Amino acid sequence: MKTLLVISGKGGTGKTVLTGSLAVLVKNKVMVDCDVDAADLHLLLHPDIKERHEFKGGQTAVIDKSLCKQCGRCMSVCRFGAIKPDFVVEPFSCEGCGLCHELCPRGAIRMKENIAGEWFVSQTRYGPFVHAKLGVAEENSGKLVAKIRQVAKELAERNGCDYVIIDGPPGIGCPVIASLSGVDLAIIVTEPTVSGLHDLKRVWETAHQFKVRTQVVINKYDLNLEYTSKVRNFCAQNSVDAVGEIPFSHDITKAVVQGVPPVAFCSNGTTDAIKAIWSRIERSLGHP
Amino acid sequence: MIISVASGKGGTGKTTIAVNLALALGNAQVLDCDVEEPNAHLFLHPEIKETRSASVLIPEVEKQRCNFCGHCQRVCAYHAIAVIPPKEQSKGGVLFFPHLCHSCGACAILCPQGAIREIPKEIGTIELGSAGQVQFVHGRLNVGEAMSPPLIRQVKEFVNSTRTVIIDAPPGTSCPVVASVKGSDYTILVTEPTPFGLNDLVLAVEVLKKLQIPFGVVINRSDIGDDKMESYCRESRIPVLMRVPFDREIAELYSNGIPFVLKKPEYSVKFKDMFNMIKEEVAK
Ligand code: SF4
Ligand code: SF4
Repeated sequence: MKTLLVISGKGGTGKTVLTGSLAVLVKNKVMVDCDVDAADLHLLLHPDIKERHEFKGGQTAVIDKSLCKQCGRCMSVCRFGAIKPDFVVEPFSCEGCGLCHELCPRGAIRMKENIAGEWFVSQTRYGPFVHAKLGVAEENSGKLVAKIRQVAKELAERNGCDYVIIDGPPGIGCPVIASLSGVDLAIIVTEPTVSGLHDLKRVWETAHQFKVRTQVVINKYDLNLEYTSKVRNFCAQNSVDAVGEIPFSHDITKAVVQGVPPVAFCSNGTTDAIKAIWSRIERSLGHP
Repeated sequence: MIISVASGKGGTGKTTIAVNLALALGNAQVLDCDVEEPNAHLFLHPEIKETRSASVLIPEVEKQRCNFCGHCQRVCAYHAIAVIPPKEQSKGGVLFFPHLCHSCGACAILCPQGAIREIPKEIGTIELGSAGQVQFVHGRLNVGEAMSPPLIRQVKEFVNSTRTVIIDAPPGTSCPVVASVKGSDYTILVTEPTPFGLNDLVLAVEVLKKLQIPFGVVINRSDIGDDKMESYCRESRIPVLMRVPFDREIAELYSNGIPFVLKKPEYSVKFKDMFNMIKEEVAK
């Protein structure tokens, strides 16, 4: 079984468009959406939710007004500025370290467990799908990513699947690092723009640092051929396989509006490009 | 006044709006808080005058003092520190996992032996400069670092309150976004009229309501997709500050790192109008 991750560094380059298409093209797999704070893949896969679970992640301090003597000890030790002058904890600032709880001389502070989100196991017409919803303004996206990856892996093993395919989060920080760990291949979707190239370099370096093999897909390649060749050069210099290029097309937006993975909707140019990408990836992994 | 520009979904044009607004106003300061993938400098081409290292505190255990009591492990809420007691053959030790550490200081403050001191660890850099009249600050998270909020908070220490401050926030709805937009007087949410755009906008709206920051929406590529975005904004009484129709020229300028107000001066007026609308909204 192989685990593939689709990431992009920069948001909005077409990560979910590609992942959604892989859901159609790849047989015998489990799909996972690890972009847990702005999950979109469900809008293409239309999951029928079979299991729903609470995700508990982290804690928040709560001050008991009746015990608090306003000595200020908590305020002076809190590194996150979470205790407001009226001795109420501001939940968005509290990172749940519990130092105030340990040090309060009156034992007035307790730590309350957060319900930080929910995760789901679903069925779709393209096979099983594991996804999640992080509560808004929550932390612990990395932990939630690790959790749903674990669930997906077990599900794939039980069903004897060939692949786990993950839609990753944007950026290079904690949820991306949690998504990268132990995957067989990271497919980076970029676009031929000055920011696309800049962000590609950073996300590639991140993957490289965690020793994950990478491939690159250039979306909307015909929007700026000069930058497309810069991206190709970057790939060549760093021995990264550029596995394909998708032309700019309003069809992709139309497919998203219809809620259909582009490969099942678009005109030939786009569809053929995406199919070619998958066959190159598959071959590179030693499958037929 | 501090105006942050956020989006929920990535790639909707957050940086474009932030940069073009700053250029239209002139007398502004741009803080790029998307420290994982900072892009504003690619459009503003600022002259960097100063580079500072940004660090957080992490624990360092003094081996002679540690008696392996395990208290640090118990108090660390993030499982960033683990104590291995000595056995016949092995000496024992304290393991530290930097990716998990939030720099809260609990282990150092609470170690009964006073065996832990805190030392700085670099997580990124902050660069300061200017692009014409526009003042510029951004943070760059070091590759491989997990925690962006501490760097975002350090970038925000450079807020120049004599100016209109424009914060370019990261995408999403979780802690880096909260760290970026917190304390803003107003937030511009940049979106596009597609199901992805709408889904992520609704989440971003929830964040801002929780933080009690007033906000409005800019609809980018406003003529692609469908009309659900417009009806959502109307029904939820969210002001639409500006609509930017899809224009291949804008897309190409963007791809080359050129802010479109420089080539399409009619937009300069629109950005100024938007700024006036925001001022009125904030005054309400
Ligand atoms: S709390 Fe101090 S003495 Fe106890 S194991 Fe940790 S470092 Fe060692
Ligand atoms: S500083 Fe806080 S998060 Fe870091 S190891 Fe110590 S107790 Fe854990």
